[in-house]
Amino acid sequence: MTRTQVHEHCKLKRYIWELPVRWCHWINVFSIVTLTATGAFIAHPFSVAHSASDFAMGWVRFLHFAIGYLFTVSVVSRMIWLLIGNRYAGWREYFPMLTARGRAKLRDMFRYYLFMSHQVPETIGHNPLAATAYFLVFCIYIVMILTGFAMYAQHAPGGLMHRSLGFMYALFNTPTLHLLHHSLPWLLLGFVINHVYSAWLMDIKEHGAEISSIFSGYKFTLKKEDE
Amino acid sequence: MSKQNGSATRNGKKHVSDESREYSVGEDLRQRGVSRRDFLKFCSAVTAALSLPVSFAPKVAEALDEIKRPPLVWLEFQDCAGNTEALLRAANPTAAEIVLDILSVDYHETIMAAAGHQAEAALDKSITDYKGKYICVVEGSIPMKDGGVYGCVGGKSFLDLARKVCGGAAATIAVGTCAAYGGIPAAVPNPTGAVSVKEAVPGATVINLPGCPVNADNLTATIVHYLVFGKIPALDAFGRPLFAYGKRIHDNCERRPHFDAGQYVEQWGDDGHRKGFCLYKMGCKGPLTFHNCPSQRYNEKTGWPVGSGHGCVGCSEPAFWDSMGPMYKRLPEVHGFGIEAMADKIGIGLAVGTAAAFAVHGAIMAINKDREPGDTTREG
Ligand code: HEM
Ligand code: HEM
Ligand code: SF4
Ligand code: SF4
Repeated sequence: MTRTQVHEHCKLKRYIWELPVRWCHWINVFSIVTLTATGAFIAHPFSVAHSASDFAMGWVRFLHFAIGYLFTVSVVSRMIWLLIGNRYAGWREYFPMLTARGRAKLRDMFRYYLFMSHQVPETIGHNPLAATAYFLVFCIYIVMILTGFAMYAQHAPGGLMHRSLGFMYALFNTPTLHLLHHSLPWLLLGFVINHVYSAWLMDIKEHGAEISSIFSGYKFTLKKEDE
Repeated sequence: MSKQNGSATRNGKKHVSDESREYSVGEDLRQRGVSRRDFLKFCSAVTAALSLPVSFAPKVAEALDEIKRPPLVWLEFQDCAGNTEALLRAANPTAAEIVLDILSVDYHETIMAAAGHQAEAALDKSITDYKGKYICVVEGSIPMKDGGVYGCVGGKSFLDLARKVCGGAAATIAVGTCAAYGGIPAAVPNPTGAVSVKEAVPGATVINLPGCPVNADNLTATIVHYLVFGKIPALDAFGRPLFAYGKRIHDNCERRPHFDAGQYVEQWGDDGHRKGFCLYKMGCKGPLTFHNCPSQRYNEKTGWPVGSGHGCVGCSEPAFWDSMGPMYKRLPEVHGFGIEAMADKIGIGLAVGTAAAFAVHGAIMAINKDREPGDTTREG
C-alpha cells in the first residue's frame, strides 16, 4: 500500500486547538451565558425582594462584575495567544479574505453553504466563514468590555479606572454606553445561533470531529498539511 | 485705600457701592444684622457642601471675615430665570442673603433697581473698573446662529456681551444647564444655534454648575471656595466642581437599598411607589447622573426629586434633553427602523430571524447528499 492510498482512506489525527484556545473558548462561553443572564436581570429586573435588607440585585450585579473580570482576563489572554499561539490560533486566520488561498477557501465554503456545491470542503483550522465572523465577535467582546468597565468605573469617579477610560466618556455619553452594552449582546446571540448550528452541521458533514475538537484539541483530516 | 477704590475714585466721584467694599465680608454682615451665630452656621454649612472636613469651618469663617467684597455681575441669556429664582427663593436667609451680601451684585437684570441705559452703564463700569477681578455669573445659553441675532440686551448681542464680560472676568460661573451645556435651547433642532458659555467664549475661565435649576447651595459654595482659597475648585471633565458633581445620584440615593434589594416601583402610584421603592424601572436616570442632589437637596434641604417620588431626569448632564430621554424609560429609543422600536425588539427580531434562517438551512442540508472531503464512496 502506498502512502497516497493511506491518505485516501485514513484520516490523520491532528492537534489544532491548543489548551489556551480551548480554555478561553469555554470560559468565554460560560461568561457570556452568565453575563447575559445577569445582564438581562439588570436590564429588566422584577421585584423579587420581600424586605429592603434583601440583596437580590446586589448579588446579580456582583456576579455580573466578577464574571465580567473573568471574561476580560480570558479575552485578553486569547488576544495574547493570537500573537504567540500556533498557526491555527494566529490573528491572520481571522482574515482569510486577505490571501488568495484564503479567498479560494472562502469561496468553496460559501458555495457549499448556498447549496451550489455538494463537495464538503475540508477545513483544518477555522472554518473560513466562521473565522470572518470571529473577528467581529472579538470586536463585540472589546466593546462590551470597554462599555462595561466605563459604566462600572462611574461608581468611583476620578479613580484610576475612571481616568483610564476617559476616552470612552469623550466618545460616548452615558446613555449611549448603556444602550451599546444593552444591544450588542443581541448580536452575540445571533452569532451563537449561527455558530452552534455551523459546528453541528460541519461535525455531521465533515466527519472530522469538529465539535469534539474544541474540547480535545484534535481534528481528523485527510490532508496531512494545510495544502 | 484698596486698589479697587483707587481706580474708582479716579473718576472724581466716589460710588456708594465702592465704599461698602471697604468693609470686610464679616464686618458687612454684622452691620446688616446677621448674627455671628448665623454666620458661623453658614460657614459650617458651606464647608460641608464643599466636602471639606469640619475643621475647615473656622478657616472659612476667618477668611470670609477678612475678604473684601468682590464685584459680581449676573448675565441672563436664553433662559427661564429659574436659576435666579432658585437663588432668591433659597429659604435659608443665610444661603442667598449672605451670598448677595457678600457679593456686591453690580448688575443683575432681574433684581437690580436701575434700568435701561443706567443699568448698562453700571455693567460697563464694573467690567472696566474691575477688569480681571470681578466674578461673572451666566444664566442661559448663547445663540450663535446668524451672527447671534436671536438675543440681545441694549442693542448688543448675547454673544458680544458674553465675549466682553466673561472674557474679562476673573472667573465665570455658568449656572444651570443652559449656560453650562446649552440646555433646552440647544436641544434638537436647536433653532438658534445655542451653545454653552465655554463654547461661546473658549478663552474664559468657566465653572459649570449645571442643573435645572442650579442648586443655590452649590453656587454659594463655589463662590465661597473662590473667595477663601483664591482659586476655582477642582473640576471634572465637564467643567463641574467635584465637590458637587463628583458622585453619582444613584450612589447616594436614599432609595438605593431598595435598588440593591430588588424592590421596584412598577407603576406610578402602586404599593411600591407608596412605600418609597426604587424608581429604576420608571426610567430614573440617577445611575447616569452626577450631582449632589441626594445629599445637598433643595429648599432648605427639605427634599429633592427622587425623594419626592419622581425619577431623576439627568438634568445636570450635557445634552440631557436629547440624550436622557425618554423621561420614563431607562434606555434611549432606537430610531431609524421606520417605526420607533426599542433595542430589545430589534434584537429579538434579529435572533428569531437568524434561528429561522438556520432552521431552514439545516433542513435543506439534512436532505442534501453531500460528499465528505476526499471520500468518494460514502454519502452523508
Ligand atoms: C459579553 C459580555 C457581557 C454581556 C452580555 C453583558 C450584558 C449586560 C446587560 C444586558 C446589561 C444591562 C444594560 C442596561 O440595560 O443598562 C449590563 C449591564 C452592565 N454590565 Fe454587562 N455585560 C457583559 C460584559 C460586561 C463586562 C465585561 C463588564 C465589566 C465589568 C460589564 C459591566 C456592566 C455594568 C457596570 C452594567 C451596568 C450595571 C448597572 O447599571 O447597574 N458587563 N450588562
Ligand atoms: C456563547 C457561546 C459561544 C461563543 C461566543 C463562541 C465563540 C467562539 C469563537 C470566538 C471561536 C473561535 C475560537 C478562537 O479562535 O479562539 C469558537 C470556536 C469554536 N466553537 Fe464556539 N462559541 C460559543 C459556543 C460554542 C458551543 C456551545 C459549541 C459547541 C457546540 C462551540 C463550538 C466551537 C467549535 C467547534 C469551535 C472551533 C471551530 C472553529 O473555530 O472554526 N462553540 N467559538
Ligand atoms: S431611585 Fe434612581 S437614583 Fe435612586 S436608587 Fe433607584 S435608580 Fe438609583
Ligand atoms: S435629581 Fe436629577 S433631574 Fe433632579 S435636580 Fe438632581 S440631577 Fe436634576
